[in-house]
Order: sequence, then C-alpha cells, then structure tokens
Amino acid sequence: MSSQSIKGGNATSAARHRRSRRRGWWWFPYLIVLPAVILEIAIHIIPMLTGIWMSFVKLTKFYIRRWNEAPFAGLSNYRLVLNVDTAQGQAFAHSFLITCAYTVLVVSFSWILGMAAAVALQKTFRGRGIWRTLFLVPYALPMYAGVITWNFMFQRDTGAINHLLVDQLHLYSDRPFWLLGSRAFVSVVVVAIWKMWPFAFLMLMAGLQSIPSDVYEASAIDGASPWRQWRSITLPMLSPVNVVLFLVMFLWVFNDFNTPFVLFGRATPPAGDLISFHIYNASFLNWDFGLGAAMSVLLLAFLLVVTLVYLVILRNRRDLYA
Amino acid sequence: MRKLRTIVAAATACVLGLAAAGCGSGSSSSSTASGSTITYWASNQGTSLDNDKEVLTPLLDEFTKQTGVKVNLEVIGWNDLQTRIQTAITSGQGPDVLNIGNTWGVSLQATGGLMEFGDSEMKAIGGSDRFVQAALETGGAPGTTPTSVPLYGLAYGLYYNKAMFQQAGLTPPASWEEMVDDAKKLTNPATGVYGMTLAAGSYTENAHFAFINAAQNGAELFDSSGKPTFTQDGVVNGVSRYLDLMQTDKVVNPSDAQFTDGSKSIAAFANKKAAMIINQNNANATLISNGMSEDEWGVVPLPAPQNAASQVASHVAGINIAIMKSTKNKDAALQFVKFMTSQSTQEALGKPFSSLPVLKDAKATFTTNAEELKTFTDIYNNRSKPLPLVPNEDQFESTVGKAMNNMFASIATGSNLTPDQVRNQLNTAQTSITS
Repeated sequence: MSSQSIKGGNATSAARHRRSRRRGWWWFPYLIVLPAVILEIAIHIIPMLTGIWMSFVKLTKFYIRRWNEAPFAGLSNYRLVLNVDTAQGQAFAHSFLITCAYTVLVVSFSWILGMAAAVALQKTFRGRGIWRTLFLVPYALPMYAGVITWNFMFQRDTGAINHLLVDQLHLYSDRPFWLLGSRAFVSVVVVAIWKMWPFAFLMLMAGLQSIPSDVYEASAIDGASPWRQWRSITLPMLSPVNVVLFLVMFLWVFNDFNTPFVLFGRATPPAGDLISFHIYNASFLNWDFGLGAAMSVLLLAFLLVVTLVYLVILRNRRDLYA
Repeated sequence: MRKLRTIVAAATACVLGLAAAGCGSGSSSSSTASGSTITYWASNQGTSLDNDKEVLTPLLDEFTKQTGVKVNLEVIGWNDLQTRIQTAITSGQGPDVLNIGNTWGVSLQATGGLMEFGDSEMKAIGGSDRFVQAALETGGAPGTTPTSVPLYGLAYGLYYNKAMFQQAGLTPPASWEEMVDDAKKLTNPATGVYGMTLAAGSYTENAHFAFINAAQNGAELFDSSGKPTFTQDGVVNGVSRYLDLMQTDKVVNPSDAQFTDGSKSIAAFANKKAAMIINQNNANATLISNGMSEDEWGVVPLPAPQNAASQVASHVAGINIAIMKSTKNKDAALQFVKFMTSQSTQEALGKPFSSLPVLKDAKATFTTNAEELKTFTDIYNNRSKPLPLVPNEDQFESTVGKAMNNMFASIATGSNLTPDQVRNQLNTAQTSITS
C-alpha cells in the first residue's frame, strides 16, 4: 500500500466526514430563516388572508366582536362595490379614477423635477452640497409636520398661498378655496409632489454617479448637445434605476393615505377622496369592514396586475434589444 | 422533508396559538375590587388632553383612597376615540371603563362589546332612577337593557355677543326668522364680520343640525322599522333651512365651510368675527381661553321657525360611561362608574368640563352666570330630543353629515343648491346606509 493510496484513503474519509457533518447540520439554514418566515406569516400572510376572508363576509358593527361568526356574504360585497348604479359603487369608481389621475400626475411631476434637479447638480460646483441638502428637506421633514403646514398655507382667509396669489400678485379678485371643491385635487397633488420629488431626486442622483464622465466627454468632443447627451447617454444608462423608481413611486402614491388624511381631516372633499382613505372611511366610519375588505382586495388585484404587466413589458423590451 | 414540514407546521401552530391566546385573554370574570387596577379611557372634555388629565387625576386618587382600586387613566382625543373603541371591541383587548359619545350609545350596544347594565349592575351603581330620563334613554335602543349610562350632559344653545347686539339695538331672537333678521343686520362682509358662525366643515356638527332642524319640522330620520327617511319633506326643508344661512341669507362667512371642528367657529365668535354661534355649553371654557369674559355673551335656546311643529332646540348631547364586556374587573369597574356618576363628582367636574349634571336633583355648576345655567338646564331638560335610537345612527351622522359638508362646500365655492339637489344629496346618503 503506497503512501499515496493512504493519503487518498484519508482524503476520501475526510470528505465523507465533512459530508456527514454537513448532513448533521442540514437544518441550520432553515433555523436561521425560521424567525423571518414566522414573522412574514404573522405580519403579512395571515392578515392578508384574513382580509380576503373578510371580503366574503358581512362584517358590520353587529359582528365585530364575534367576527368569526359573521355571516357568509358570497360575492355581495364585490357586487356592491363594482355596481356603479349603487351609491357605494359610484363612490368607489369616482375614488379609483381620482386616484389614477393623482398617481399619474404625482409620479410624472416628481420624476421630472427629480431628474431636472439631479442633472443640474451632476457637475461639481461651489455650493452644490447646500442645494442637495435643501432639495432633500421635504423628504427629511416629519410627514405630519410638513402636510399640516400646507394645510395652514392653503387656508382661504389666513393662508400664505392666497396672501401671495391675491394680496401680492392680484391674480384672483376673490379669495379661492384650496381645501374645498375641485381645487382640493390640485392641493393634494401639489403637496404629494412636494413630498415625493426629493425621493426621485435622491435615487436619480445616486444613479447618475455610476455613469462614467468620459462618456460625456467623448460625446462632447463629437459635438453632442446637452439635450442629446441627456437623451442618448443619461436616460438609457439610468434605465435600471428608472424601472425600480417608477414602480416604487407608483405603489407608494397609489396607496397614499397620509397626505389626504392630514391635509383634509376625516371629512375629505370628493375631489381629494383617494382610494386608501376611501377604504378607511368605508371600514371605520361606516363600520362595514366586509365592504372595506372587498375594496382592499380589488385594490390589491389592480396593483398586482399593473405591476406584473409593467415588469413583463420591460422584460420583453430588454429581450428585444438584447 | 417530512421533518421540515413538521417544524413549519409546529411554528405556524405556535403563531396561531399565540394569536388565539391573545384574542381570548379578555374573557370576563369578576374579582374582588380592592387592590385591583382598572384602565379608564376618558374622552377629551377640557381645553386639552393634558387639561383633562390634570382635572381627573385628583378625583381618581380620591377614588383609589376610598376603594383601594387603582385607575390607569388615558385621555383620548375625539378623532381617535371611535376607532380605538372599535379596535378594543374586535380584539377584546381594551380598557375596563370608557367614555363614549352618547349618540354612539345604540350603535356600540349593537356590537355586543359593552357590558349590559341589568338590574343588579344598576343597583351596584346607585340605581337608574337618579338619572335624567332623556339622558338615560341614550344608553340603548328602546326596550333593551342599556349598555352605557349618562356621565356628562350637554345641550346646544344660541350664544350671542351682548355688545354687538346692543350696538345694533337688537334683542336676542325668539324665532328662527328673528335670528336671521338680526344676523343680517350684524353682517358686514367688508369688515369680515358676520351675523353667525358655523362649523360647516364638521360632519358631526352638520349631522346634529340636520336632526334638530328636521325635528323642528316634526320629521323623523328613521321610521319605526329603523329604515332611513332622509328624503322626506321635513328633513329636506330642515337641512335647506340650515344651509340657507350661508346660501340665501348670507349671514355666514363662506370660509366657515373650512371649519372642520367646533373650536374654529368658537374662535371666530370669541374674536368678534361673528355675533352669534350655536354651540354646546362646553364652549364656555374655550371662549374664555380665547380671551372672552363670561359677561360678554348671553345664551338663548336655538329658536325654531314661527310655524314650527316642535320647539326642539337641541339633541340630548353628552357623554356616557360604559364598561367593556371583556373586563376582568367588573366589581371595580362598577364601583368606578358609581363614583363618576355620584353627585359630588358631577359637581366637581361640572365646572372644568362645562357639563350639565345628568342626575335629576343635581345643580349645574359649569358657570356662575345664573341666567345661563337656567337657560341650558331648561334646554337640556325640556327642549332636547335624543338622536335616533337605532343601530345605524352612526351611519346617519357620517353620511348625512358628509353630504352637508359637501353642500356647504358647493355653496361656498359659488353654487346655488335647489331643494331638489338637496334631496338628491340626502338620497345618496340614504342609499349609502348598508345593513
């Protein structure tokens, strides 16, 4: 027996030993993941399944204490919400359309402002840090403090907005209402953009750092204008950031609850009746948790479909250009 | 793999088991009161949450001294109270004793989350016959065992600024028409002064005035089977009459449509931007904190129209006190309710919380102005009607109140609403009521 074969035998035995030790610890990775799984089940899965169950029962004030005894409602909650001939259906459809318009405007303007500011601050210049900090202030401010300040500013008689527009610039002869009627929509959109655009700015600014400056230098030598540089270099190279940014902003803005809640209080004007707040009112103000849950499930389904379609389209486009 | 499945199943069972244990921990059982600790959710009655704490703490200490029962106090603002109660009832995790708006009495009774005050419980708190009858009726639907008892009484009155009335050579109005005429004479939009101020953006205030104006017309908001009747002429006319204060009579500043709570209209009255305000008697503390002195205002009952079917001037407003069905400290909770509704506590709290006593023989103490005390006591005892004692009362407040918010907003932004449009809005509110 050669020393080599002995060594070989030892190596095989060591490998077998290691494998058997590994087999003995097979459960260790599961153990590490277990707390996260338990929390995920407790915090996300169980409430989500409970919400879906609630949408199929008649969970009104008569059953909130004995919620497990709430009578089965079948699809009646869904029928009520989706039937535009009923007051509830009309209100839900109105709220959904308002929220779609709100989302499109807030996401678009936030992205445009964020992109403009990020590009403007891309090159080094004196005072750049101050501008960056200033632009991030709305994002750093506590949400409640920021929005309640806007509420004060939008007051008809004592607000800063009317003082500027009516008393200083004389753009209106009569003081307009900003928290009532159709202008309430403008107000909630403005506040949401103010709150959201620094996030777009932050993400895009981080994305711009990863674009090598020599690409710009080479294009400048070739005579590319700043607009052409932005269209042909900045935009394509920021595409991975934009994919995530649009998706995240869409989901946040569509689900926005805090802005209308703080800006308008519990009595939202119809023009500011965003869907999350509409669902809250249906559940907690009218004590109809089954109806509120049906609306939530429909909202969840809509967001899932939009997200999936968005990701599939992007994937197909990537495959096309790959 | 089978082992893994077993572990996952065991973990899930643990999570569910914990949740179930949490849900079930509120099961009731009585215990010896002395030495126990109860949790009390108080509503905001004073000028702030801190003020409430300052007022209540010495009394709670006194209760502990008398009974040996400790009280954990939490004062909850009105914006959060209803949601907190709903959550407590759903989970069975809540206080032992709590305050509720008395207009929620029947709605909360319907949830089954509050303890019934049957004969033995009523006896334990000193008997039901000591309460003002109309206030006691708010504790539950007619013919049922109440689940809450009156704690603080409130009533609406028409506050007027004495100096402004004197300068204009006016006397306090005795009819709705007189009130509107006086208000017109006191309105001067150029100086920003109006005859009246309303919390026209508050859905609860608006719902109360829909009820009071409809009641003056002799109209009921629900029929005998509990179905809403918001579109009948008496209700539509009553709501229109109230809206007309801003729309046709123009005695209310359109900006009042932004007033989402009563404190803003009280501030407008205190700052002499309005000569009259219809408010509950708890306005006194806020008026004083806004710089007004008690001799600057007078109070008369909210007048009804000359040909009114009823002289109702207020709903039976106020706060009730209830015990959660899930309490583990029933005896201590009953002792506490007895203490809070005792004559001495009522007198002690009457002044700081500007409340009317809910006991038959107790005297009102919320002001030193004897005339005001007499006026409010008379309104509360003789000219108040309970809001509909039906489980859907809460939905009436939210749907009709919000419809009125929207109508005031339309008027403020330049629209002119016809009675048919008012009826349509009330019809939408009516059809929104589910269950």
